[in-house]
Amino acid sequence: MSHVEFSVNGFSKAVEVDPDMPLLWVLRDVLGLTGTKFGCGAGVCGCCTLHLNGEAIRACQTPIKEVAGKSVTTIEGLSKDGVHPVQKAWIEEDVAQCGYCQPGQIMQAAWLLSKHPHPTDADINEGMAENICRCGTYNRIRCAIHRAAGDECATGKEA
Amino acid sequence: MSTRRDFVKTTCLSLAFTLPMEPRLRFEMADPIEPGGVLAPSAFLRIDGDGTVTIWANKSEMGQGVRTSLAMAMAEELDADWSKVKVQQASSAAKFGDLGITGGSQSTRSTFTPYRTMGATAREMLISAAAAKWKVDRAVCKAENGFIVHGTKRIAYGELVEAASKLEPPKDPPLKHAKNFRIVGTDVKRLDGPDIVTGRAQFGSDLKLPGMLYASVQRCPVFGGKLKSVDATAAKAVPGVKRIINISSGVAVLADSTWAALNGREALKIQWDEGAHASASTMEIWKGFEARLKTPGKVVRKEGKGTAALGKNAIHARYDCPFLAHATMEPMVGLADVKPDRCDIYAPSQGPGWSMAAIQQITGMKPEQIEVHMPLLGGGFGRRAMADFIVEAVECSKTAGVPVKVQYSREDDIQHDYYRPGTLHQLSGSLDGSGRPHAWHHRFTGPSIAASLKMPWPPEATELSGAADLAYEIPNMQVEWAQSDTPFPVGFWRAVPASFNPFVTESFLDELAHKAGKDPLDFRVALLKKDEKRKVGHDELDPARLRRVIELAAEKAGWKAWRMAKHAKGRGMGIAAHAYLECGTYVAEVAEVEVLKDGRVKVHRVVCAVDCGLAINPLNIRAQMESGIIFGLSAALHGEITLEKGRVAQNGFSDYPMLRLADSPRIEVHIVKSDLPPGGVGEPGLPPIAPAVANAIFAATGKRIRSMPMTPGKILKAAKA
Repeated sequence: MSHVEFSVNGFSKAVEVDPDMPLLWVLRDVLGLTGTKFGCGAGVCGCCTLHLNGEAIRACQTPIKEVAGKSVTTIEGLSKDGVHPVQKAWIEEDVAQCGYCQPGQIMQAAWLLSKHPHPTDADINEGMAENICRCGTYNRIRCAIHRAAGDECATGKEA
Repeated sequence: MSTRRDFVKTTCLSLAFTLPMEPRLRFEMADPIEPGGVLAPSAFLRIDGDGTVTIWANKSEMGQGVRTSLAMAMAEELDADWSKVKVQQASSAAKFGDLGITGGSQSTRSTFTPYRTMGATAREMLISAAAAKWKVDRAVCKAENGFIVHGTKRIAYGELVEAASKLEPPKDPPLKHAKNFRIVGTDVKRLDGPDIVTGRAQFGSDLKLPGMLYASVQRCPVFGGKLKSVDATAAKAVPGVKRIINISSGVAVLADSTWAALNGREALKIQWDEGAHASASTMEIWKGFEARLKTPGKVVRKEGKGTAALGKNAIHARYDCPFLAHATMEPMVGLADVKPDRCDIYAPSQGPGWSMAAIQQITGMKPEQIEVHMPLLGGGFGRRAMADFIVEAVECSKTAGVPVKVQYSREDDIQHDYYRPGTLHQLSGSLDGSGRPHAWHHRFTGPSIAASLKMPWPPEATELSGAADLAYEIPNMQVEWAQSDTPFPVGFWRAVPASFNPFVTESFLDELAHKAGKDPLDFRVALLKKDEKRKVGHDELDPARLRRVIELAAEKAGWKAWRMAKHAKGRGMGIAAHAYLECGTYVAEVAEVEVLKDGRVKVHRVVCAVDCGLAINPLNIRAQMESGIIFGLSAALHGEITLEKGRVAQNGFSDYPMLRLADSPRIEVHIVKSDLPPGGVGEPGLPPIAPAVANAIFAATGKRIRSMPMTPGKILKAAKA
């Protein structure tokens, strides 16, 4: 057991856990923050995407010992009351179906926009490549990212 | 020799599999209303004094949008203010009646009218209450967006609920004419959207009860294997591990976190009796299928002279479709709280219909002591109709005496599924002198879902759609199905047999069109010229509706212009369609593909035309068509589950890949305007996409890919042949 201190959504947290426990399970089982989802446990589906010191990472691949002293932002802390441009765009495009992968998609998209304020389709293809959606909301995700950037989306519109 | 009557009899049964899933709802009239001002004329609706309208959905939400569309149906007739509508999930409590199973794209069909009726009942009661208050004839009062209105007088629903709740609910309240709809038929965003984008939405995995333990279960890697012995010494020493319990499916490690449960499970030393399937392999299964196809199967449809009409010039082809896993984004999970006299289940389930009996058996309780609560499902696609993840949680909680949540890992989820059956098909067909199909023979084999799950239906009941109900006019037809049992547990996967049969039949139809030297579009349309509706099993086929979606998809895709134009090497366009008769929806899709030098297929664009009758929520219909297409493309291009030494060889998204955003084609959805009763949309977008892509690959390369998934390896091999 280790004592680990870090910050989540602006609040200081201290946990006594197995230092190898992934951040994902610390958030979900220990701190009760369940917005970050478990999808594969192998870092290949993107469901558990969140921000660690501003970078999009996979919480299932991040042992809590590596989080000590760092700042975590989860979907619950992305904005107050869902007003982040990405969240608003997600609602406008009615992106979600089952919704399970969407917190990870949104966190990945918010990070992508922080690097590319006006991403091209190619930037989106690359930036969202590791986030799987089984319901197939990809085209709406693409449009929502363009919308959040204040750009036009041509996908799915009649030619 | 089978007759047409036999076909009808068989397909009646074959299509009946949706029926036990959809018991008639018992919308009980309310218990006497508590004083204090709510109007709740049924268990599914409550209007509070502040005007909030709460609607209980009796179908599980797995992304198909049912919570929103059910609420729209009720709110429409209630003339509710949509901004005040909330939706809750009905449980298995007696007041909600028998929820059955959410599946078969049946929810809209089975609930649209009952939900409208409940809304209309409340609306009439509110009108009566307002009329009494104003002392006017109720005929001069009308409902309008959360108010009852008479002339310039308006009164909000919330102010009427107490008086209305004292009135007798009317029998047979009038329903609106479709032309007066103001919510139904409009694009309405899903009600759960704001909770989903903020992380507040609760899925089954997210639930936690006081004192709850987290469980991870080690199951025998070989289907049908049994536990021989377990040494739990090391597992018990893992920090956080609390209990180790032998359950019917394996060994459960209960701990104070998911992580501890997973680590404890790693430390188990288990000896399995691997049973009869210890050496089973997919190779062996396919050999069995090959052998089975050599002899006739059960004739499930016969027209004219059947195979006797094939003649010498018939063409022959063999098609195969693999076993598939569901791979919902949320791995299977179930939470049970078994107390001495009560059992609560909190599980992302497609309904308690197929779980209740097992829960009763394990707990020894009566149905009234058991309540199944259904949070949001992180995907379903048929997988969550099954009881296994609930059974495990109930067994664990019963023994441990505390609430237990059983969480599948991704590996568990892929390796312990109820798989989409793999199938092998032999097709033969011939043309008449004018190039129309003269005879059609389709013999196929695979396991039976109905038999595997011991459903009270004939074994072919779950395997025939897209084969026995082929809509095209062909004078001589024979369709035979042969059961081949395999070690795989099989189950319902999105579109069930229509996830494989239309790939085969719509591809082979294309082969016949090519042989006839005809445009595949014209060839299809010519076989749907008779407008008379025909009964196919329980369901009615309206050939004109199928023809219309085919023509619409082709027109919007620019099919004719494409055929006339020259295209870059490797580019092709293909068309396919399927009449999803069980849910009353017709879909055609045109795919524009590019076959790359390395054998990969890039699908650039898909044009979809759908006739699902009355379009309740066009925004959601488009989403469901997109969803079916992407889900179908993952299967068409990537999906395959294999068995080696009795074990599923895949264990996650690395070796069971999904379509990614970058590979998602541009999708255009065109909805046919219709006043016919609304049909389902969760499954029908899927069946046409694989054959549309296969037909486009043929158009691009002249090579016919008759095996799913259509991988680069198969495409390169075909190119060399």
